[in-house]
Amino acid sequence: MPSRSTPLTRRLALGACLALGLSVSGTARAAEPIRIGLVTALSGQSAKSGEAISRGIGLAIDEINAGGGVLGRPLELVARDDEANPSKGVLAARELIQRVGVVALVGGLDTPVSMALVPIANQMKVPFLGPWAAGTGITRNGAADNYAFRVSAVDALVDEALVTYAVKTHGAKKPGMILVNNAWGESNQQGLTAALKAANLPAAGIEKYEAADLDMVPQLTRLREAGADTLFLVGNVGPSAQVVKSLDRMGWSVPVVSHWGPAGGRFDELAGPSAAKVHFIQTFTFAGNTSPKALAVLDALKAKYPAIQSMADVTPAVGIANAYDATHLLALAIKAAGSTKGPEVRDGFYKVATYPGLIKTYDKPFAPGQHDALGPQDYVFTRFRNGEIVAVTN
Amino acid sequence: MLTGTLITGLGLGSMYGLVALGFHITYAVSGTVNFAQGSVVTLGAVLGYTLGVTLGWPMPAAILGALLGCAVLGVTVERLLVRPFVEKGSEAWLLATVAGGIVLDNAMLFTFGKEPRSLPSSLAVTPVEIFGTGIYPLQLLIPVVGLSVAVAIQTLFRRTDLGRVLLAVAQNADAARLMGIDVRRTVACAFALSALLAGAAGLLIAPLFSVSAEMGALFGIKAFAVAILGGIGSATGVVLAGLLYGLVEAGVTATLGSTYTQLVVFSVIILALALRPDGLLGRAAINKV
Repeated sequence: MPSRSTPLTRRLALGACLALGLSVSGTARAAEPIRIGLVTALSGQSAKSGEAISRGIGLAIDEINAGGGVLGRPLELVARDDEANPSKGVLAARELIQRVGVVALVGGLDTPVSMALVPIANQMKVPFLGPWAAGTGITRNGAADNYAFRVSAVDALVDEALVTYAVKTHGAKKPGMILVNNAWGESNQQGLTAALKAANLPAAGIEKYEAADLDMVPQLTRLREAGADTLFLVGNVGPSAQVVKSLDRMGWSVPVVSHWGPAGGRFDELAGPSAAKVHFIQTFTFAGNTSPKALAVLDALKAKYPAIQSMADVTPAVGIANAYDATHLLALAIKAAGSTKGPEVRDGFYKVATYPGLIKTYDKPFAPGQHDALGPQDYVFTRFRNGEIVAVTN
Repeated sequence: MLTGTLITGLGLGSMYGLVALGFHITYAVSGTVNFAQGSVVTLGAVLGYTLGVTLGWPMPAAILGALLGCAVLGVTVERLLVRPFVEKGSEAWLLATVAGGIVLDNAMLFTFGKEPRSLPSSLAVTPVEIFGTGIYPLQLLIPVVGLSVAVAIQTLFRRTDLGRVLLAVAQNADAARLMGIDVRRTVACAFALSALLAGAAGLLIAPLFSVSAEMGALFGIKAFAVAILGGIGSATGVVLAGLLYGLVEAGVTATLGSTYTQLVVFSVIILALALRPDGLLGRAAINKV
């Protein structure tokens, strides 16, 4: 009996599936969402930054969908946690492109993850948009057919800004480097070395640490013995806090000029009172920002995410702002392309004219050979004060 | 620089020793270990933070609460993840305790959150200067506590009734049972004590670094390496191996840089085990046939 009934049930089921499938695709074609993939760290030490990126994209998508979507279709975000691990990021990106069918990838908080995703984006001809990771090679990747764009800082340009700031603000004559030992640290080692050379300054030394290190006193002691008068710090929030604590233990009061790692979490809680001594670079800050757009976005964020109660909850603001502007620029690129096909969307980025964004008004932000929408003129130096990131005023 | 390296090495080393001592105790009494020890280190710190900072308990109460929580977990691990398998003569407790650790880590990730937090301590605010190196009082306290606990455990084993009972069970569980000793309760006690030591290590190191749901994982692995290196049957060996491990680790970091630390330290361990397969102070197990 079971052997006779199985083919019948199977046929019936198949028929039902077909009918259902046809009717679903038939009615839903007009409103089939345009899916955007997000691959970033949503857990672990940088979880707060991943959350900021998600919120920035979420708010922008709401605004775009409220205005009728793109090409008459709503946008939809499909997010995956890469756990700051390149191989997990690669798996997630392949799944998003091949199975979910995303039109574009918004990517990696961490440079090592982004560096792993970009070759896939280029090979599969799916635009990659970076709202955070600053590694120079992400957009300047040497591919003949480059699909990687970015609305964020670029290490090579950040490093020039760090050196200029250290000289101007702290009178640095012999700075030392304390860098995380990964692709991001590597990218900045090259950038800082080049920027110091251009400024005709010697480096006191280059020290590396592992992200899991708990004590940086040995490395910092070598820098102090080499006569470093300023430190350039590159690392995520956890290890950056350990660097500050190690400096405290050593009783070494040296100016620290940092990449934006400290912005990625509760730096001032982790590092203690000396956190305020670290000046770090940002592309955007809500604190003290009175532009109407910033105020409007802040209100909209509070309405959409009730967990946001104070300014301390909109850190890191760069994550929100970069992702928010990036999502709007992506929507404009798809609109300009008039298509969701990868190569056409890529060319669509070049056609984006002006967009009054949160960080600035973008005017022809992208062109072939110019895949970074932000530059040094958009950087601001900040520090922590009572849990908020505020601009350094001196 | 040398002072800093020594203090860091002795501090972390005594904590490895403390956690490894937990491996030693359960192994000596029951021939099993709790591979979730690393997660218990995390639990100690996370409970300390939750009770002391989030709920605002006075610190001594928070510390006692956290240690009690760890001990209860130790008993639970023994009851649910070790005993059922051992009684069936299965070695599956190996995997069960590993799995238990992963479950605990993820449970803490969900409840405590993903972000690292800072556990304040009045002993880690103002550094004191020793031979030109700034050192927090807590850093000095850590090896003192670590070594005192090791000595206390030795005394417990040799001088108290509970210790004699533990030793009796360790030497011959069947004979102990015939003498009227409750073997099950004794083994449960050993697991509670073992988890308590791991929790204490978590509480001690948390103020120096930060509290996060993933802080204990590597710690547990290193502590197990230390236990094997010292000879898991010897308490003195385990504590000495912990100190040695901590000093070599700090020394390599200070001279070659932390990029090479794990590479060098674990190579040294392999070499040490090749030369002394039963650990530094361990004795070869005798299989009676």
